[in-house]
Amino acid sequence: MIEELSTTEQGDLVINVGPQHPSTHGVLHLVITLNGETIKKVEPHLGYIHRSIEKMCESLSYRQFIYVTSRMDYLSSHINNHGCALCVEKGLQIEVPPRAKVIRVLMDELTRLASHQLWWGAMAMDVGALTPFFHAFREREAINDIMEETCGARLTMNYMVPGGVMADIHPNFQRKVKEFLSFFHTKIDEYDELVTDNVIFKNRMAGVGHLSPEDAISYGCTGPTARGSGVSCDIRKLYPYEVYGDLQFEEISEKGGDCFARYLVRMQEMRQSIKIIEQLIDNIPGGEHLAKTKAVLKLPKGEFYSRVETARGEFGVYIISEGGTTPYRIKFRSPGFSNLSALDHMAKGHKIGDLVAIMGTLDLVIPDIDR
Amino acid sequence: MNKEELKEHLATLLPSPTFEEGAEWLTITIDPAEWESTAKAIRKDFDYLFCVTAVDWRTHFTMVYHLTSTTHRHTLVVKAKLDHENPAIRTVSDIWRTAEFHEREAFDLFGVVFTDHPDLRRLFMTDEWNGWPLRKDYEDPVNMIKL
Repeated sequence: MIEELSTTEQGDLVINVGPQHPSTHGVLHLVITLNGETIKKVEPHLGYIHRSIEKMCESLSYRQFIYVTSRMDYLSSHINNHGCALCVEKGLQIEVPPRAKVIRVLMDELTRLASHQLWWGAMAMDVGALTPFFHAFREREAINDIMEETCGARLTMNYMVPGGVMADIHPNFQRKVKEFLSFFHTKIDEYDELVTDNVIFKNRMAGVGHLSPEDAISYGCTGPTARGSGVSCDIRKLYPYEVYGDLQFEEISEKGGDCFARYLVRMQEMRQSIKIIEQLIDNIPGGEHLAKTKAVLKLPKGEFYSRVETARGEFGVYIISEGGTTPYRIKFRSPGFSNLSALDHMAKGHKIGDLVAIMGTLDLVIPDIDR
Repeated sequence: MNKEELKEHLATLLPSPTFEEGAEWLTITIDPAEWESTAKAIRKDFDYLFCVTAVDWRTHFTMVYHLTSTTHRHTLVVKAKLDHENPAIRTVSDIWRTAEFHEREAFDLFGVVFTDHPDLRRLFMTDEWNGWPLRKDYEDPVNMIKL
């Protein structure tokens, strides 16, 4: 899987990692220039899962295009759908019923939990600890079951639609979420005992892949990647949407800027997500889950932009409408794309073994980058 | 800063900004030739370039840059109209590092040339790919399904 490509004139070794490599978690192809074991340059080659979703959306209606966005960042599919629904609602000035708003936020936070769980397991596996992966997947299964009951899907949900959510929550939803939370409270402490305080793990992470706040902003990094460098960029706090403005939660930020800081941010974010779910689970307002909308949605001529916070950072939807039933141009600003662009900067000067740790803390989802 | 204050502030930074009305965020339209000087003038106030988009209007292209200040939280949209035959604009990858990838994407899918870009190559498509897939007149009988 890692095969030799060539040597440069200076005697540096150029190797390929991927497109099929366990540590890239998807079809990411990196061409790495090495001097001995030290990384001189990392060059990502993208496009192995490029489906041109933006082009596809130009021939899909405002109801249809939601489903392709689930297939970008498949670990944050609810939140991607949410961003798209918000953008269409902004264009049509649809008022979403309070019940749908709360359900959306609940789903978003459950998604964030599931995504961070998977990241935690995969991250630990990348640096050599296999057990956490099984722990993470065991707990993630419970969230997937909850999603399956309400949305009918476990990964690509297509549950949030313009005007609200597609169907009401399952009668078991509240009970199951509460059961999950009471059980997950102890598990998250177990995660910390198992990995966070492990001295071998700490040595692999601390001081590796440093990113300064200025560079994080300049590279357009968002989400836990930027917050690990102390940059405040949580869309839920800065530009609150739905009911985020009324909730009690903290924006997590760490000053370190290294892999361990990014790790700590995500671990604490899981606790914040639990806090948000706990505030809402017993307070879901009654009423409709879907606003009345016209059978055919036509966005007025103009441009609309909405931003949401996915598990990986800022996701933006930019719709340019000519007044028709399909968008004239649609642009998805994916968080992974910008986060990846900082990889070369972060990995330079480190050993090749550290590259896996750095990539792990970027939490890359390749279909989100390629689109 | 609200829109009006931002307008006044921009008037002190730029020689003669042209504002576009009616959008959610303050929008300015610039001549592509002025982009480098404009970008340098606003870099201090707008440090976070969060979205770079190209739009094919059949008669011309528009480059759209979405900028935010991470300290003041105000947002600015910069638009530049490019020629359809030879779309070209100065790169800002030396000003905002994130632009390097975003501009490669716009080059790959629209054929917009970013002058002085350090590494202007195709990003998603293979190097030998013909045509610019996100242009409105793009035809691909093999990979495109017409609805």
